[in-house]
Amino acid sequence: MEPVAKDQVVHFSAAVSLLGRFPALAGIDLDVERGEVVLVQGPNGAGKTTLLRACAGLIPVVSGEATVLGCDLTQAADRTAVRRRVGLLGHASGLYDDLTVTDNVHFWARSCGATRAEADAALATLGLDGRLAGVVVAKLSAGQRRRTSIAALVARRSELWLLDEPHAGLDQTGRDVIDRLIRSAASAGATVIVASHEVDRAGAIADRTVTIAGGTVVTEPPGPAAPDVLASPRADMRTERRQNDEGVEPQQDVLHVS
Amino acid sequence: MFRDAALVAGKDLRIEWRSRVTTNQVAPFAVLVLILFAFALDPDRGVLQRATAGLFWIAILFSALLAVQRAFALEAADGNRDGLRLSGLRPAGIFLGKAGAVALELAALEVLLGIGVVVLYNTTWSGWLLLITTSMVATIGLAAAGTLYGVLAAGLRVRETLLPLLLLPVVAPVLLGATQAFEAALDQSASNGWSWVVLLSSFAVIYVAFGILAFGSLLEES
Repeated sequence: MEPVAKDQVVHFSAAVSLLGRFPALAGIDLDVERGEVVLVQGPNGAGKTTLLRACAGLIPVVSGEATVLGCDLTQAADRTAVRRRVGLLGHASGLYDDLTVTDNVHFWARSCGATRAEADAALATLGLDGRLAGVVVAKLSAGQRRRTSIAALVARRSELWLLDEPHAGLDQTGRDVIDRLIRSAASAGATVIVASHEVDRAGAIADRTVTIAGGTVVTEPPGPAAPDVLASPRADMRTERRQNDEGVEPQQDVLHVS
Repeated sequence: MFRDAALVAGKDLRIEWRSRVTTNQVAPFAVLVLILFAFALDPDRGVLQRATAGLFWIAILFSALLAVQRAFALEAADGNRDGLRLSGLRPAGIFLGKAGAVALELAALEVLLGIGVVVLYNTTWSGWLLLITTSMVATIGLAAAGTLYGVLAAGLRVRETLLPLLLLPVVAPVLLGATQAFEAALDQSASNGWSWVVLLSSFAVIYVAFGILAFGSLLEES
């Protein structure tokens, strides 16, 4: 295995992760440095969520190289060790319906060693310290649940934020808040990987964009402008290589990435 | 580990307090089981009195199944199991917390059913020290084994039907030991009951130790 650069938070090289027997990550290459905000985009089923879950140590990497925060994700012990250092905002809320907003955020914050004060600060940041604080989660709207999940994530003070469609279900104010939080986390030294279909919104806060399809990186442009990237010779070359390797139809990668 | 256990147990008990599932569903179910036994055996009230200990523990066993299923249904919903895996909580702490919460719910049910058998079966409790000790160790054993098999079944689509199949044979020694110890207490021959308490204690110790060691792996696989 190549030595990982000191400020490199994520290093994937030809990494493969299986969901059952299906290679959801099929030899992915990705490097992310400390403090970077990286947008991961791609069509449904491209492997974005799997990539985030692998980075969180929830899915084993069965071959290739995969290191997150210095932990080797091919090793079970390291996968467990990395979990408490990352924060994952997934599709599911990760909240208990019968607990109040405050109870939920306090529980998840305290479970990773944060104090009640830090949890309260996170609640205030997300505007959940008023009327909503004592409401049970089952009675919240989808957007309010999302904000509660984000508050629980903020309270963790993770070194690596893994955000899967963070803007989904949020109103304009909520979207602005999450954008501010991402910028603020990155400026404080955290690393952020955002998987999103909202390329314009998420691309505006990302340092760069990575496009994945079929479990591999299709292209990795210097800026957030994904459409230009698809026309790049490198993208064509990678797409062509994947077609040769996997026998996929020529338009498959290009059509789905938007 | 114990801080984590207190955190998880507090969370589970708070959920039960707010949702009222234990008080509004599990407890009525347990009382209903006692009533149905009373209907079935009512023609001969002597049989009811003689079978009090066994009927009491069967009702507790069925209620334990519901409590354990409920404890893991909470974690199966909405990605909460991933949350537990990502948290800094030690698996042993999660096990002790969940088992502790189930044990407290069962203890409350035992008090309720204890009153129930007095009313329905005309039973007179005696041998209090043996009764209380038996209840404590049997409850710990039931909760520990239930939590262990609960997490084992948690990730399966057929968990509701699989859990009783897995758990009931395993906890048969608890049913046997607790029933025998209770009968000894009710017969005021407590000295015969303490050997069963030793069996129940061994069962509890084994399952608590096994749970502390194995819960992490089972949580990963579920």
